[in-house]
Amino acid sequence: MPRRQTRRPLVHVGLAVMLATPVHGATPPLADDATIVHVLSRLTWGPRTGDVATVRALGLPGWIERQLHPERIEDREIDTRLLRLETIRPTSAQLIEGYDIPPEAKREIQRRRAELDEGATEEQRRTARRELVAKYAPMMEGSPRQVLTELQEAKVLRAILGERQLDEVLVDFWMNHFNVYAQKGPVRFLLGEHERAIRRHAWGRFEDLLLATAKSPAMLFYLDNWLSASPSASAGGRGPSALRRGRFGFGRPGRDAQGRSAEAQGRRRGLNENYARELMELHTLGVDGGYTQKDVTEVARAFTGWTITGLRQGRPEFAFEERLHDDGDRVVLGRRIEGGGEREGRSIIHMLATHASTARFITFKLARRFVADEPPPALVDRAASVFQATDGSIREVVRTIVTSPEFLAPEVRSTKIKSPLEFVVSAVRASGAKVADGRDLARRIADMGMPLYLQAPPTGYKDTAEAWVSTSGLVARLNFALDLAAGRVGGVRVDAERLASGGPGLTDALAARLLPSGLSESTRRTIEGEAAGLETARVAGLILGSPEFQRR
Amino acid sequence: MLPRRVFLQSSGLALVSFGALPRLLLRAAQAADGVPRRRTLVVIFQRGACDGLNTVVPWGERAYYDARRTIAVPAPRGSSRKTALDLDGFFGLHPALEPLLPLWREGSLAAVHAVGSPDATRSHFDAQDFMESGTPGRKATEDGWMNRHLQATPDPGATPLRAVSLTPVLPRSLQGRGPAVAMASLRGFGLGPLTGEAVARGFEGMYGAAVEDALRSTGREAFEAMGALRSAEPSRRAPEAGARYPRGPLGESLRQIAQLLKADLGVELAFTEIGGWDHHAAEGGVTGQLASRLRELAAALFAFHHDLGPRMADVVLVTLTEFGRTVRENGNRGTDHGHGSVSLVMGGAVQGGKVHGRWPGLAPSALFEGRDLAVTTDFRDLLAELLARHLGARDLGPVFPGHAVAGSRFPGVLRT
Repeated sequence: MPRRQTRRPLVHVGLAVMLATPVHGATPPLADDATIVHVLSRLTWGPRTGDVATVRALGLPGWIERQLHPERIEDREIDTRLLRLETIRPTSAQLIEGYDIPPEAKREIQRRRAELDEGATEEQRRTARRELVAKYAPMMEGSPRQVLTELQEAKVLRAILGERQLDEVLVDFWMNHFNVYAQKGPVRFLLGEHERAIRRHAWGRFEDLLLATAKSPAMLFYLDNWLSASPSASAGGRGPSALRRGRFGFGRPGRDAQGRSAEAQGRRRGLNENYARELMELHTLGVDGGYTQKDVTEVARAFTGWTITGLRQGRPEFAFEERLHDDGDRVVLGRRIEGGGEREGRSIIHMLATHASTARFITFKLARRFVADEPPPALVDRAASVFQATDGSIREVVRTIVTSPEFLAPEVRSTKIKSPLEFVVSAVRASGAKVADGRDLARRIADMGMPLYLQAPPTGYKDTAEAWVSTSGLVARLNFALDLAAGRVGGVRVDAERLASGGPGLTDALAARLLPSGLSESTRRTIEGEAAGLETARVAGLILGSPEFQRR
Repeated sequence: MLPRRVFLQSSGLALVSFGALPRLLLRAAQAADGVPRRRTLVVIFQRGACDGLNTVVPWGERAYYDARRTIAVPAPRGSSRKTALDLDGFFGLHPALEPLLPLWREGSLAAVHAVGSPDATRSHFDAQDFMESGTPGRKATEDGWMNRHLQATPDPGATPLRAVSLTPVLPRSLQGRGPAVAMASLRGFGLGPLTGEAVARGFEGMYGAAVEDALRSTGREAFEAMGALRSAEPSRRAPEAGARYPRGPLGESLRQIAQLLKADLGVELAFTEIGGWDHHAAEGGVTGQLASRLRELAAALFAFHHDLGPRMADVVLVTLTEFGRTVRENGNRGTDHGHGSVSLVMGGAVQGGKVHGRWPGLAPSALFEGRDLAVTTDFRDLLAELLARHLGARDLGPVFPGHAVAGSRFPGVLRT
């Protein structure tokens, strides 16, 4: 076992960071390694061994430009890896067909559940559950659960293994911006198409992205717009009964119950403001973007008829239904919107997507993701101008942010606290682990408080430090760090000894690989104080659990 | 973003005073051995919108039976357990709550009916968010009402476990700048068994020496909480006097909260939750899905009360749910999303044996938007009363910004 014997003084990487010449002004022709590490920690899911050398070889500007054009990056490995996951490629209709519980099974489940509710024992419930699974599982390709766990696993694998790293970061940003909740109704079956729609437009015009989400059945269902109807059309019949989510669950009704709306299981009663409000508050203008309750109501009226067809038949698709639409001229944000069916909603999408408040709100959030929790106002101003000048070109806005002096400034380095997803993925990437199966990783991320695709509120997960710094989360992170290094995370293999090879001392050798931004002197001293007699894996665990590794 | 929060916190009616009483009450809590014991508020969130009308049943009201042909709980009949259990000649407990009847009669359990949020939303997540942030209608509020209490009433003598949530993540109610500990379970809250002392020391040392920021303070909170738990070993405490908690997450959580309280770890705020109240179908009446849930709730509350015994004098427990359900049953022996619901309040200081709150009635003209039980008690007034009169909080303006907190609006669930 390699063990640190001597304590030769050496300039470790952290010190190198501090000693590095700060970069001012435009991107320098030759970036120092500390700058490269910073850029990698913000534009990727965490630096791997060798990444710094790759960037150095390409030149930092060249590498950034490449990441800004993911379509030019070949990435066969991740495509191959995802083939193993059966439910990532199929359409919503195919997923419902093969993985949703058949309607007759749902009816039987409901019937038997009602019987069992008259005071059945746990044993009776288990037996009933087994019987139903035995009866219906052969009719299905897989379970609804599989659809969700594969979504989660695919996200983790893409982040760990994908070469189009900035693309994955940006897609994750938009998925969170246009958050939907997998446990609400059939949303898990609609999520694949939702994500593909977002992926398609992630780098394009914001308006196209916004329109794609407005028509996404996952969004229409999640924010209830599919049920929103002109009050005069309220005789419009019952919602499809096929939407009641039965599961093979005889236990206690779980959290999935909370995300459902009454309307989703009832009738089209009239106007539903849910989407209209979030469209302005969360997707475009921001809560202070200058809209009123009257605007919410008018936008809701304009979007009546934007609904889902074929849900009952298992073939959900966007449709505009005239009979549900509340046609009429209206005034939104002080501007006149001419009545006329689907056109009303499109006009509003255009107006919102090109609004100055939207330019600010979107660029603020992007700058918060890439630069700092409270991003420099001057940068947000410039990026917002670019947003407006380029008709909402997401690529140009991101380019503006990630090549700005503010982004490269030394004072923003290592100031962002990693989310659980970022923490876990960056630890796996740093450790050079071989990942055969991402499910345990996804479960660990959930333990830290970030169950993927399972954030119920439309706000998505927060992107600021206070959301992720909590006792339970921290304890889970420390345990994960130790477990990862010691090979106790399922489906993941780390060679700690190899990580430690080649260095002058155990702590420094490991730190150079695992944490190229460097350990602080105090952390290094603490680890050194305890490291004598510790196995390599434990020292690696200490580094991955250190305060420095919680930051990017 | 920040200016808004600062604005919110400074705009409320800060420094509302409730006289000298709270301080007196605080001092009153002394254990027999002279060690000051802390008063505790336990909050149980019923996620999914519990049907208040079938929980505390207005059996004296004809309209209730008119609206619920198949799922109404019948009016009390003698000592029958298949009817509402009479409370006061008008209201009755759902029969599944029978274990709580003795607590009601002895005066340590009360209900507040027609309680809820002034916001009209019938969205689960919006309504939960509003109730937990304590700011109905405002989604931009960053912290929760429980955390703002910690901030508004700083306690230099606070233990690492002043605010605890028995949930895997910190609930919205407890998020914010004040220190609050979330743990999925007492036993799970700790470094793994294979960690080893050197590694544990290493982690504690490096977080203790880190630059002063949220990470460092959370690290400190985590290690202090782990330390407190390690030395007190609350999870070893068996339920007292044969108290039996029901299986399931609520029973588990309350059992562990009771362990923390019995170990005198200084818990002032405790939170947990129970899902599964969204009964659109097969809700049922005397039996059915709601009855099952209520049975679990009653068993857990009863066990908690029994387990804590005399310590219950220092504890007030309150249930919250985001909204109630339609007065009229739907076509599936269930109910859809409504407005007002009911809160149960249990503990030593409770003005028990009484249904508090103004009953708005179920006449069509009295219903909210023509279909739901109206809200006559703003949930913030109920919570403000508990914070003020039980925990002795004086500064409630910042806890419920935008809401004029006034003692005159308290529902009066606590003895004064």
